[in-house]
Amino acid sequence: MSTAPHTSLTAHVMPIDIGEHVLRSGFIGPQPVLALADGQVVFVKEDGLTRIHPHGDAAILVAHIQHDLVLTGGEDGRVIRSQPDGSSSELGHEKGRWIDALTASPTGAMAWSTGKHITARDSKGEIRKREAPSTVQGLAFLPKGYRLAYSHYNGASLWFPNSEATPDSLEWKGSHIDISTSPDGRFVVTSMQENTLHGWRLSDKKDMRMSGYPAKIRSLSWSHDGEWLATSGAEAAVIWPFKDKDGPMGKPPRECGVRPAKITQVAFHPNALVLAIGYEDNCILLCRLTDAAELLVRVPVKGQGSITALSWDKTGKRMVFGTSEGAAGLLTLP
Amino acid sequence: MSEKIPVTVLTGYLGAGKTTLLNRILTEPHGKKFAVVVNEFGEVGIDNDLVVGADEEVFEMNNGCICCTVRGDLIRIIEGLMRRKGRFDGIIVETTGLADPAPVAQTFFVDQDVAEKTRLDAVVTVVDAKWLGERLKDAPEARNQIAFADVIILNKIDLVSPDELAAVEAQIRAINPYATLHRTERSAVSLDAVLGRNAFDLDRILDIEPDFLEPGHHHHHSAEIGSVSITVPGDINPEKFMPWINEFTQTHGPDILRCKGILSFMNEPKRFVFQGVHMILDGDLQRDWKPDELRQSKMVFIGRKLDRAMIEKAVEATRA
Ligand SMILES: [Zn+2]
Repeated sequence: MSTAPHTSLTAHVMPIDIGEHVLRSGFIGPQPVLALADGQVVFVKEDGLTRIHPHGDAAILVAHIQHDLVLTGGEDGRVIRSQPDGSSSELGHEKGRWIDALTASPTGAMAWSTGKHITARDSKGEIRKREAPSTVQGLAFLPKGYRLAYSHYNGASLWFPNSEATPDSLEWKGSHIDISTSPDGRFVVTSMQENTLHGWRLSDKKDMRMSGYPAKIRSLSWSHDGEWLATSGAEAAVIWPFKDKDGPMGKPPRECGVRPAKITQVAFHPNALVLAIGYEDNCILLCRLTDAAELLVRVPVKGQGSITALSWDKTGKRMVFGTSEGAAGLLTLP
Repeated sequence: MSEKIPVTVLTGYLGAGKTTLLNRILTEPHGKKFAVVVNEFGEVGIDNDLVVGADEEVFEMNNGCICCTVRGDLIRIIEGLMRRKGRFDGIIVETTGLADPAPVAQTFFVDQDVAEKTRLDAVVTVVDAKWLGERLKDAPEARNQIAFADVIILNKIDLVSPDELAAVEAQIRAINPYATLHRTERSAVSLDAVLGRNAFDLDRILDIEPDFLEPGHHHHHSAEIGSVSITVPGDINPEKFMPWINEFTQTHGPDILRCKGILSFMNEPKRFVFQGVHMILDGDLQRDWKPDELRQSKMVFIGRKLDRAMIEKAVEATRA
């Protein structure tokens, strides 16, 4: 890997001193936001950091950051929305339980789960609850309509919270962890305990198995055009083609960013076929799908942990990241 | 390696004194902090800052084998706990009286992320001296918990006569002659008997000596679960032994709860040690054989329906 100036963006990265495991990152407009495992939400502003503790002493376990929404779920069983002015409001409280999963839709619907219990909250604040067959591990809204996908043991389910109908079930033996829906709503993909991905084409529930990973796949990112799904879990970003009717079936994935370190985070640029790749040694590369050209964003630093959060702003001009050892930074593209 | 957080698994029947032992561990002045994972029925009366409720969800791995199981909820809990280092020095996982300890133990070997950050220290089983006899008759899980244990706390000894105590110890030893056994009243045991055991650490497998209460007692009539220990003088041929032990644990995995061995391999100055849980085997070369040490191989299998004659014959065939 070259670190010659013309292939490096390292000079355009502003370090942010965070000090705790960064669980998730995102932007509120141009402003980076980081949710930390120790319970803090940090708004990165022009004139410094605003740190708030919406969960008191309790840890944040899950977080979702998008557009104008910063949502966190904690060890205290609370689901809390935080604002850049430092205020926060409680949206849910599951007493004595951990919040295991959390998501939100672009239109402001939200969902969280604790054990088998799922709570869906529509954009008007109407709450619906449901019990899954086993602990819910991942939640994701489908892009259209108020429909929630959730992963659990032996499959996933699709639920219309406003309907009395039994959720549609997608079956596949084993423990399904994270879940993601394709931007066109045609596919649902889960990561599994056995270092594989499983997918379903919703039109006919046809199964897709995507295997060959040496580690669990804990980061999934769809390209802006919905044609590619980038995944962590290997020493290269593995990118599956989803353009065709039958998705990636029978097609080899693309690989980019090959390095002797496992990839822990992937994030597609919001309007170009450029993938940001974060590694277990806290290195970050940008990789262009069209010609596999690579740009260095961050040189690995010993002792700073793995990349645990990586996200672009809406315009694709800025990217924020964080590590398991509390390092963080903001890339502004030149 | 040494930075991994130790995990102690606490099993035992309801009412045996598990919660009392847990509170002793938590409140004695040892200066250590623990994260405690309790089952959903056990949250009452635990005196600790960091208590997590667990659902005890057992997941089968996708190889179709009934013994290859993990605790799905535990994987998620440990992931959450380990993001905030420095809050605790160890983790204690309490299971319900009905739980099989194997999925808990296997989680620490099967899940890569869990194995990277934590290590299983020991399985500690608390049993009630007065009621164990009854439990062994009607509850297969009570038998499992004893068979699986590294440390057995034989509690409430003040409620039984010396004869009854001897009988219950014999029952325990018929199932598991290798666990360290402590006789207690109100779960009063020194904490180093329970914590820091390194029971799954190959470097700590120093010797394998069964602790039979009295000669003869280890052939207890009702023992469907029992142990087979084998001592072979001289050397073993690793090229014969390794394929056999792999094949044996793969085929009989569901019936082998625990195994352990110290082996003398031919042309090998170091001792080979192994230990296993069901089908999961871990083995490595350890220290050198000492000049005055008798080169022999010892191994023990604890499990169900173990065929002693068959195992003896198979091991005999691997001799150098
Ligand atoms: Zn098995």
